[in-house]
Amino acid sequence: MNGHDLLILFLAMGAVTYLPRMLPLVLLSRRQLPAWLGEWLEMIPAAILSALIAPALFTQASPRLVVLGKPELWAALPTLLFALKTRSLAGTVLVGMVCYWGLRLFLKL
Amino acid sequence: MTRSPFKKGIMTAGLGAAWPICLGYFPIGLSLGVLAQKCGLAPWQTGLMSLLVFAGGSQFIAIAMLGSGASMATIVATTFMVNLRHLLMSSALSVHFPGVSRRFLALFAYGVTDESFGVNMARFNQGGWDRRSALVLNHTANLTWILSTVLGAFLGEFIPAGALGIDYALTGMFICLLVFQLRGPAFVATAFVAGVCSVIAYLWLPGNAYIMVASCLAATFGFCLRRVMGRQGRVLERA
Repeated sequence: MNGHDLLILFLAMGAVTYLPRMLPLVLLSRRQLPAWLGEWLEMIPAAILSALIAPALFTQASPRLVVLGKPELWAALPTLLFALKTRSLAGTVLVGMVCYWGLRLFLKL
Repeated sequence: MTRSPFKKGIMTAGLGAAWPICLGYFPIGLSLGVLAQKCGLAPWQTGLMSLLVFAGGSQFIAIAMLGSGASMATIVATTFMVNLRHLLMSSALSVHFPGVSRRFLALFAYGVTDESFGVNMARFNQGGWDRRSALVLNHTANLTWILSTVLGAFLGEFIPAGALGIDYALTGMFICLLVFQLRGPAFVATAFVAGVCSVIAYLWLPGNAYIMVASCLAATFGFCLRRVMGRQGRVLERA
């Protein structure tokens, strides 16, 4: 692709990325949501965060398979405990990094 | 609206909440820059892509597809599918922006990513989170992303992979953000169902459809569970 095509590609990618982020905010924030929708949306963050994390801990890519015992999973245990105990975001990020780094060194990956 | 006395506090709060995201974005942005450069993109083109798209996952996919000579329409369609999950996040966020001006929302929406969504939601739930701090957070994360992808295009190859476990920063952050969301048994059950559904869906569905499918299923489950628990609670109160 030449420079001109790339620019058009990036603009189109940007549009299809931006619209799903913008439309619900603009449309929904201006009206009173029905109670059931509000309650449903309240469950979305917990669901989405868990759905983002789980495959990273329990699976491998290409081919997609369930794998138990990845360093990501082992490092998640102390990270989770630390998060539950301290509820500190910064601390949890650092503990996770150190555990993961240490595990990979230990396992020589 | 209160003016200057709070400006600094709003800035600092936004920046303070953004740093774990920035820490996580940095190595990912660097590696995207390296890949883009190998694919023949100039550093400024990489920067332009990050500026216009700002969606790490789909940028990686787009670079890979460009390398394999995919058509423009395929790349755009894939980007759309990959980022469709933000519909859900944007909807969930909308509750915290009642009657806010369209201009503000248009500016804020540009920075809605998995990471900024997670952090902003946690802050909004804690209470007292200023919308302007949320905006600062989104754009700080965005700026870090753009700069790190450009930096990667210049010198990414000199940085060793996996240094200091930095590639675990976002996973660690998501784990903590999930803990913040566990505000009762129904939330714990929802998270558990989402995790199980997500792994199953990951094995069976193409691309990242697993995120939306699992999230919607689990949220619906949690919603029903809370309704049932609420009804039981009322019955117990009466007894």
